[in-house]
Amino acid sequence: MADPPRQDTSVVPPRPDHLRKTERGEVVTFLEAISEALWEEMVRDEAVFLMGEDIGVFGGAFKVTKSFQEAFGPNRVIDTPISEVGFTGAAAGAAHMGLRPVVEIQFMDFIAPAVDVITNYLATSLYRGSGPMPVVIRGPVGGGNRGGPFHSQNVEMLFFHTPGLKIVYPSNPYDAKGLLKAAIRDDNPVIFQEHKGLYRAPAIREVLPPGDFTVPIGEARVLQEGVDVTLVTYGMMVHRSMEAARILEGETGVEVEVLDLRTLLPLDEEAIVRSVKKTGKLLVVHEDTRTGGIAGEISMRVNERAFEWLDGPILRVTSVDSPVPYSGTLEDYFLPQVQDIVAAARYLAEY
Amino acid sequence: MFRALVRARAAEERLEYLFRQGHIGGGLYRSLGQEGASVGAAFALRRRDDGRGDVIAHTIRDTGALFLFGGTPGEYFRQYLARATSPTQGKEANVHWTDFQRGFVGPVSPLGTMVGVMSGITLSFKIREEPRVGMVFYGDGASSTGAWHEGVNFAGAQGCPMIVVVTSNGYAFSTPTRKQTRAASFSLRATGYGIAGETVDGNDVLAVYEAARRSVDRAREGKGVTLLELRTYRRKGHAQHDPQEYVPPEEIEAWEARDPIHLFRESLLKRGWAQEGELTGLEESAATEMREEAERAVLDPFPPGEEALEGVYTDLPTPPHWTRPPTPTPGAHGPWILRDREVDHG
Repeated sequence: MADPPRQDTSVVPPRPDHLRKTERGEVVTFLEAISEALWEEMVRDEAVFLMGEDIGVFGGAFKVTKSFQEAFGPNRVIDTPISEVGFTGAAAGAAHMGLRPVVEIQFMDFIAPAVDVITNYLATSLYRGSGPMPVVIRGPVGGGNRGGPFHSQNVEMLFFHTPGLKIVYPSNPYDAKGLLKAAIRDDNPVIFQEHKGLYRAPAIREVLPPGDFTVPIGEARVLQEGVDVTLVTYGMMVHRSMEAARILEGETGVEVEVLDLRTLLPLDEEAIVRSVKKTGKLLVVHEDTRTGGIAGEISMRVNERAFEWLDGPILRVTSVDSPVPYSGTLEDYFLPQVQDIVAAARYLAEY
Repeated sequence: MFRALVRARAAEERLEYLFRQGHIGGGLYRSLGQEGASVGAAFALRRRDDGRGDVIAHTIRDTGALFLFGGTPGEYFRQYLARATSPTQGKEANVHWTDFQRGFVGPVSPLGTMVGVMSGITLSFKIREEPRVGMVFYGDGASSTGAWHEGVNFAGAQGCPMIVVVTSNGYAFSTPTRKQTRAASFSLRATGYGIAGETVDGNDVLAVYEAARRSVDRAREGKGVTLLELRTYRRKGHAQHDPQEYVPPEEIEAWEARDPIHLFRESLLKRGWAQEGELTGLEESAATEMREEAERAVLDPFPPGEEALEGVYTDLPTPPHWTRPPTPTPGAHGPWILRDREVDHG
């Protein structure tokens, strides 16, 4: 590997006011947590730089990198052509030379052209002997915002099948900040999905610890303990699942154990199996569509590891197998709703 | 330069010999007739072995450039032979290997990708203000990919110190260049990207070198990307399995008369820059070197099967087949349970 970059580390740009909330002990949104992580990693490590469409002067389509170019200059916050293949490939080249690129895909739906370079090049680099690939590819995903077919997709399963990649999908500001920092420090390529419905959601704002912290990639988290049904989920569906669990407990006394995967690849198989062995029932909830969704793989892992402990079928609640529709009535039908989760969990509890 | 040309050719000839002996499991690709383009272009770069020189992204037909940048015949043969001692330990094929110390990055088979990768490598030179340049080699076929265009455009917009070498060798597998593009020349595209462009006779090694030198100087002076089109000819099929039935034989003969090594040899002798004996000596020593290196390489072992699990992630293990014992029988193939049965019947 080439030497790490040498730059003048004595000049730390002043932190803009909107990124001082944690410093002041105030609550931050999911989006602000991501911006803080990017800022702190750029200050911590001169090798970290950002590339993407409209991220510089404009500050990004969702303003994740607002004020970054002013602070770090156009060499570390690079406005690219509309060119997902080009700049994702360029990220690989820069990583070869010891830099640590963080690439923003304006909407993750647009990552499709770059699937070739991500799966064939970045994911195989280490295995081919071309060296580690410390690249983060991050961007907004998810529906519920009337974005239509091309501003709403979840893309995890485009990459889940590719050895060499990691896939992260946080559900709250703490995990978003800690996991993004961990992803930037990781020597493997990481796909980092940010649900745009969480970006500014007031309900999930929280006060973060003031110092540096990371959340380890590959570890799920038990959000709520329970004995009747295990509910495995991630991203936006964590919040719908928690609401469903509250409703169920209030109505019927059923105790649901809710597991937030946080990382999809590598999958925290141990955490899933541990919980299923405790409850004997498994419901997987994901916003991604049904066929070929991650629920299938989770079900297979449980089948391999905990078949004897199961007291009912493994079930799933997902979006339906269609493109993401635009109209509100259609999209609400398309997406998993709290009542779907309640119905499925109740069925399993009574099974 | 003559030595670089004849070493490339001798290595590939030795490779064909190994292939006919059945030593090579994968494809075998020749650059016969286009060595001049590869060697002439790479000769214009700063070649070092401390990770601070210029960087090339070579293709399957750049044996010449690869050797110039310090790739050794021993590594080359072991890669083709898939030996445990090859640079990729048997995980990748042929010239698909990388060494950033010596300054070459191995290709992947989806074409066009390396233009984007090289744009990132040269972007890092620009960000760190290093006086280094990058040269990415491509064929006429790869020039039709979206990745190629995105890479060139990205590097152009960023002003990366990069040279895109299009080795236009007449055919992409079996498809002639006229079916790749309506354009009369690849360097015409440069105007569209706002970069420099030049077309030269790829079989004239010195002309290639001089044009490459101009491109490299431009890149090093901060004047950005150059698209350098080298017109040459692939006298062999795409790979060893391709009998070239789609090529009129007289076409190959015509290009044989313009063989780059032959032309360069004549030019050296005519100018009095070399004696016949010297050149023949270089050819003979290249042939001997390649024979000896190949003979050594074939003696090396294959990697043990379970090595396939290693190196997927920097920090995560890959689970093995649960149906197999932890240490498979060396040299045996297939599931262990079948091997046991074979032993029972044996």
